[in-house]
Order: sequence, then C-alpha cells, then structure tokens
Amino acid sequence: MDLTSHDVLIVGGGGAGLRAAIAVAETNPRLSVAVISKVYPMRSHTVSAEGGAAGVIKPGDSFEDHAYDTISGGDWLCDQDAVEAFVREAPEELLRLEHWGCPWSREPDGHIAVRAFGGMKKLRTWFAADKTGFHMLHTLFQTTLKYTTLARYDEWFVTKLLVEDGRVQGVVAIELMSGKMQGIAAKAVILCTGGCGRVFPFTTNANIKTGDGMALAYRAGAPLKDMEFVQYHPTGLPFTGILITEAARSEGGWLMNKDGYRYLQDYNLGKPEPKPVLRSMELGPRDRLSQAFVKETEKGRTIKGPYGDVVHLDLRHLGEKTINSKLPFVRELCTKYQNLDPVKDLIPVRPVVHYMMGGVHTDIHAATPLGGLYAAGEVACVSINGANRLGSNSLPELLVFGARAGRAAAEHASAQTSSRDGTVLAQALDEMRRIEQQYLRGTSGKERVATLREEMQKALEEGAGIYRTGTSLRLAAEKIRVLKERLKNISLDDRGRTFNTELISALELEFMLDVAETIAHSALERTESRGAHQRTDHTKRDDQKFLAHSLVHRGADDAPRVTYLPVTITRWPPAERVYGQPGEEKGAKGAAGH
Amino acid sequence: MAETIQLEVTRYAPEADAEPRVQTFEAPYRPDWVVLDALNYVKDKLDGSLSYRWSCRMGICGSCGMMVNGEPKLTCATFLADYAPKPIRVEPLRYFPVVHDLVIEMSDFLRKLEGVKPWIIRKEEKLIREGEYLQTPEQLDAYKQFSMCINCMLCYAACPVYGLDPLFTGPAAIALAQRYNMDSRDQGAAERMGILSQHDGIWGCTFVGECTKVCPKNVDPAGAIQQYKLSAAKEWFRSLLMPWGAR
Repeated sequence: MDLTSHDVLIVGGGGAGLRAAIAVAETNPRLSVAVISKVYPMRSHTVSAEGGAAGVIKPGDSFEDHAYDTISGGDWLCDQDAVEAFVREAPEELLRLEHWGCPWSREPDGHIAVRAFGGMKKLRTWFAADKTGFHMLHTLFQTTLKYTTLARYDEWFVTKLLVEDGRVQGVVAIELMSGKMQGIAAKAVILCTGGCGRVFPFTTNANIKTGDGMALAYRAGAPLKDMEFVQYHPTGLPFTGILITEAARSEGGWLMNKDGYRYLQDYNLGKPEPKPVLRSMELGPRDRLSQAFVKETEKGRTIKGPYGDVVHLDLRHLGEKTINSKLPFVRELCTKYQNLDPVKDLIPVRPVVHYMMGGVHTDIHAATPLGGLYAAGEVACVSINGANRLGSNSLPELLVFGARAGRAAAEHASAQTSSRDGTVLAQALDEMRRIEQQYLRGTSGKERVATLREEMQKALEEGAGIYRTGTSLRLAAEKIRVLKERLKNISLDDRGRTFNTELISALELEFMLDVAETIAHSALERTESRGAHQRTDHTKRDDQKFLAHSLVHRGADDAPRVTYLPVTITRWPPAERVYGQPGEEKGAKGAAGH
Repeated sequence: MAETIQLEVTRYAPEADAEPRVQTFEAPYRPDWVVLDALNYVKDKLDGSLSYRWSCRMGICGSCGMMVNGEPKLTCATFLADYAPKPIRVEPLRYFPVVHDLVIEMSDFLRKLEGVKPWIIRKEEKLIREGEYLQTPEQLDAYKQFSMCINCMLCYAACPVYGLDPLFTGPAAIALAQRYNMDSRDQGAAERMGILSQHDGIWGCTFVGECTKVCPKNVDPAGAIQQYKLSAAKEWFRSLLMPWGAR
C-alpha cells in the first residue's frame, strides 16, 4: 500500500475547507498542505447556498446587534464568546473574499449592498444575487489555484481517521478512479465535510451530505455536540426539496395558508404589514416558521398537494423587475421544477431539512478534544448557532472558522515532530482488509443499500422531525440499531474497483447510521423544548437543567453516551425570545451593558 | 400515457468489458421526474452497479452532465416528459475518456481552467481595512454572465473543435479568463493574453456556437471568445503600430 504524508490534511473542499487551505498556506508557506474531497471542490454543497452572508458594515449596525440577534436566534444555546469573535471577524472575511474577486451585489455607488434576513434586526446580509454560495465557492476555488504548494486529492473518499497516542495521525482513503486504498499521514487533520441532511428523506441538501466527517470524528473518539438540533428551512419545493431562499421573504414575500391568510400572525410573530418588518412575520427565525407550518397543518389550513401539505409563498406583489434583479435563480427554479412563474403564480412550499446546528465539538479555535483534529463549517459545532441558526450566518461561518482552523492546524503541525508512519500503514492495511471483506468479496448477504437508507430516513422523519416525543425518539433509536445490524448483511451489485459509486454509497450509509443514532439519542436525553428541538412531552425551555450542550460519545458497546457541557454566557443572560413585538429589546443589551 | 419509460444506458466496466455496450432498463414514468430521477431508480432498485456523478439535483453543482439522445444535458434538469413515450438514450459526455459507465475523466478540463489563471491579478492589493474595491452595478454587469459557469463541461461535449483537437483550451476556460479580464478589479489581462493567444487558445475557435446553445446557465462562451478575439486583435495591432507604448 502507498503512504503519502502532509503536514495538514483538509477533508472536504467546500467553503470551509478551501478557506482553511488558504489559511494554512498563508500562515506557513513551507507546510505541505492538501485538500482531499470525495467530489471536485466546485461540486461541494456550499455551491447551493443562495441567500447571503451576514457581516456588519453599514452605519447604524453594530457587533453587539449582530451578536444579540444570533444569540437570541439560537435560543441562548450559543457560546457567546464564540459569537462575539464570529461577528467581529465576519466582515473582514467577507471583504477578503471581495478582494479575491467575489461578485457581491452592489449599491449604485459601487459599495457592497446588504439586505434584510430572517431574525436580523438590521440589514447586514451581503449577497451575490441569489447565488451567494455559488459565487463564494467558485471565488475560493479559483483563488486556491494560485497557491502552487496546495495539493489536491480530487474524488478520494476518506473512510477512517487514524489515531495513535490520543492524536490523529492521518487518514485512510479510497481513490475513486482506481479503487486503490491508501494511508495518508498528517500532523493535523481538519474536517470540513459539511452536514448530514441526507439522513432525512426530504432535504434541501445534495446527495453528498451524508455526515461523513461527523461519523469519522465520532468513531475516532471525538464527541459530537448538539446533534438534536436539526434545522428545517421553511420554504422548500414540495417534491424535490429544492431550496427557495429566505431572501424571497427579505425582499417582501408572504406565506399564506389555503385561505390566502398570512397565518404567521397567529403564532406570536407580529402583525402583517405590506412591507417586510425585521424580526417579524415572514422574517422571523426558521424554527418558529417551520413549527407554525406544522400547527397550521394540524388545524387543517394548509393546502393539500400531490406530495403532501404545502403553504403558498406569494412573490407576485414584488413585481417582475425586483424578481429578475434580486431573485433570478428563484424564478428559474420555480419555472423549471414547478412549472410556474413566481411573477404570476403562488409557489407551493413546505419545511425541509436544511442545516445541522450540531456537529463535531470544537472550541473557538476550531480544535476538537482529539489532538491534531480540527473541524470547521457545518460539520462542526462551536457553537455559534445554538439551538437554531439564523439565515446568512453559515456562509461567514465557513470563512471565519475555516480560517481559524487553518491557522490553528498550521501552528500545531509546525510544532510537531514527524508522525508515526509505521502505525499509519498498519492501521490503513487493516481498514483496507475490512472494506474488502465486508463489501467487495462475494457474500450471501441480501440487503440493498437503498432499502436500508430509505428505512433510516423514514425512521428519523417519523421519530425526530419538527416535533418529537420520548416515545417517537426511542422508536427511532431502536429502528436505527436494527438497521446497523442489517447493514452487516449488505450485498453490493458492484464489486469492481473502478469508480465504484455503490461502494461509496454503502460507506456513506455506515456513516449516516452512526450520525442518525446520535441525533435520536441526543434528542431523547434533552427533555425540554428549545429552538429547533421541540418535545410535545416537554414543551418548556428549561434553563436550570439544559442551558448546556449535549455531548455524545461513542461508548465501548457502540452505543451513544450523552453528557452535558454548560453554555458560555458572557454578556447576554438568557431571556425570552421575542419576535414581532416592539418590546423585543428586552435583554438585548446584556447585564454588563455596552 | 405510458406508465414506464425505457432508458438505453451505456455500460462500461473496464475490468469486465472490452468496450462500452448498451443496457436497457425500464423505469417508472412520472411527469415531474427528470432523467436523473430515472437513473437513481435504476441504481437503487434494479442495478446498484450503474455509475454516474450527481449531487445537488438543482442545476448548480455541474456534476450530472451526460449525453441524452445525443445532446449534452444536465440530467437533473432534463425532464422525462420531453421524451416520453419514446426510449431515452443516456451516454457519457462526449469527447472525454470514459472511466466507468457514465463517468468520464475530467482532469483535462481542470488543467485548462487552471491554465488561464482564473484569479484576481493585481499590481498592488488593497488592505482589508481600506474596505471594498468599488464596483458599480454596470461594472459588475460587464463580467457577470461569464461568472455564472458551473463547470458542467456540456460546452466541451458540444464543441467540434475540442472533439478534433484535445489541446484546444475550450469554451468554459476561455469564458472564465474573460470573466476576470472584464472584472474592473483585475489587472491581469496581459498575463492571460500570452496563454490565450496561442494557436490552441482562442484562435482554435471557429465560431461554431454550439457551446452557447447547450450552456444551461446562459454564460455565452462563444460570445466571450469572440469578444476576446477582438481585444486580442486590437492588442496585436496596437503592439505593431505603437511598440513603444507602455504596457
């Protein structure tokens, strides 16, 4: 088996991974740094993000305001020191990206334009039409091409993290093109593999979002944090789950039930006005909007569509000119995938799994408790998003924590002596044998990848959806345990070496089952309702017991073990989360004032 | 209305096959299914060994380009309804080496992209604390269309020049170069000129225009190339007539 080595290895080539790579190269140009990704970097899911990236730059805005919006949006589960660092670094990262060529939309005088976004009190969301993630990713990818010392492993799938002496020593990976497996030694590894939306059946997420990095870390002994907090985006298209950006609501879109009624006014989100009001109605936080949909459905006021219940997103009053200049991609998606024109027609939408607040536990420097292992982006949980993420915070998160991870990993690698190549090789050979035994030899197994995957998705949707109960979660957890057993009996149609996508999907399924299990168990243990985690058997927020992150470790018997870690509060003591009310400044300034 | 549809799919497993062959599958016909949905049905339910690239399923990642009835298409944006009830032929993207079934080898494309230096080139950089480079909406419009490329390579599969001459830089790479050349913040046009004015650069293009026709994002690479030919020609004349001119 071949063995290569680098100082820093970055798993995942999306926004966070590419930003981390640049940070490593700039921190110490003599370090050997590589990005390893199961897809070519420009295919990473960052590419699908539409709405925008928040950063304080306009007069009248302040870091305190952005921090308060984020912390209250997160239902006080955010670590406030991390949020304070994040809001401070976001604008400079977005500016750095502008210097690298990102085509941010502009005001007539040439300055960066900003727009309103859900849960934000001020206009601070930078945007590149409604393809912000696409432009950010392509800008980052094209900029990395400048750095000739940056190596890439395109279409390599990491199957395992190698750990020795309590430190990460590298990875084992499959080169898709040839099927060959290889150990790659590294003094520091940064996980930037994104979220895990594909553990649910209905998601905005691409096929590749299978929680790989979360499972890799979990299996290596690093804990996952806040896995019970799964974000449903309020407006996805009914059959495909394709995202219709929140920007449609920032520009003034309305959500209406079957009676043409703006129903959010019944859910403590303010009173309907013709123009959008910040932190009110359709610009409320995503968890509250998704929950309102479920309640409307229970009342029988949603519209019955061919793919289940929907509500209507009305953009007609925005006019063709605004839609074409601010929401051209939305118009394209609706025309193509719903056969309708938002200029004239109502858009059917429903909540769709979109983002994972939880992930690999890191500190504010992107370091996990496992030596040499870092994580940034959606795969990580710092936590700046707490129990519910505000729209347009995750794109700057990629940049801020991608950069932090790169710098921290570079420093760590610079201080390390050489890694233990012998151990890496031995472990890598074991991993190669494991995969060959389980998947590539002929077996008498009967299970199909797609069958097990669909059953897992169904179990999570039923047991760990927008509203959960202890019973539903226990059922989901048991079902997943059974599926993990059945996985051992899997049989692949494809046992070839060359670009074996079925093998990859089986390995992804392994990862997804681990991640799904941590979601169910973490949700089961949290007997309160907060943000995106809603228990109908425990409906109140309980700051006495649960102003804390859940940490889930893989136990010796492969069962998840949940413990708690208190949230870091600096200036904003927990208060009531208020939207749509004039008195929402309650608690806004924090005990220490500013 | 038929309830199923036939897919005639290219199969090729290098360890087993001497050359590609066609296999026919029957998939459900649904009016809101795209070709990708049918391929996923085949892979999930009928034959897990069918290999192809896909990710976002919403026409933005550029992964799922294939030949559908002989034309380069994004399979996530190509509806069964436009072909039903006739069978649909799905083949790997033309003019690229085939790796496995519908998966092609695309490293040549990556090299071409990299080769045009697709990043902001400046003599002097602004400091972060000095804020953004000002760029009006009109200045943004000058290159905006060229920045929309999703790297799906449909334009290469449509380009007969690339089919004959694999050294040709190709539509997407040239459009990307022009995206930077036209960006008011960039000062690297001269640097890119060297690569692009070579025989296999822009001058390889004979203005067939198929690239623009197949582009799913309206990038208009043919327009970018012609625009570039004009500026390259002007620059050539200028250097002839005014060799002492500062550049």
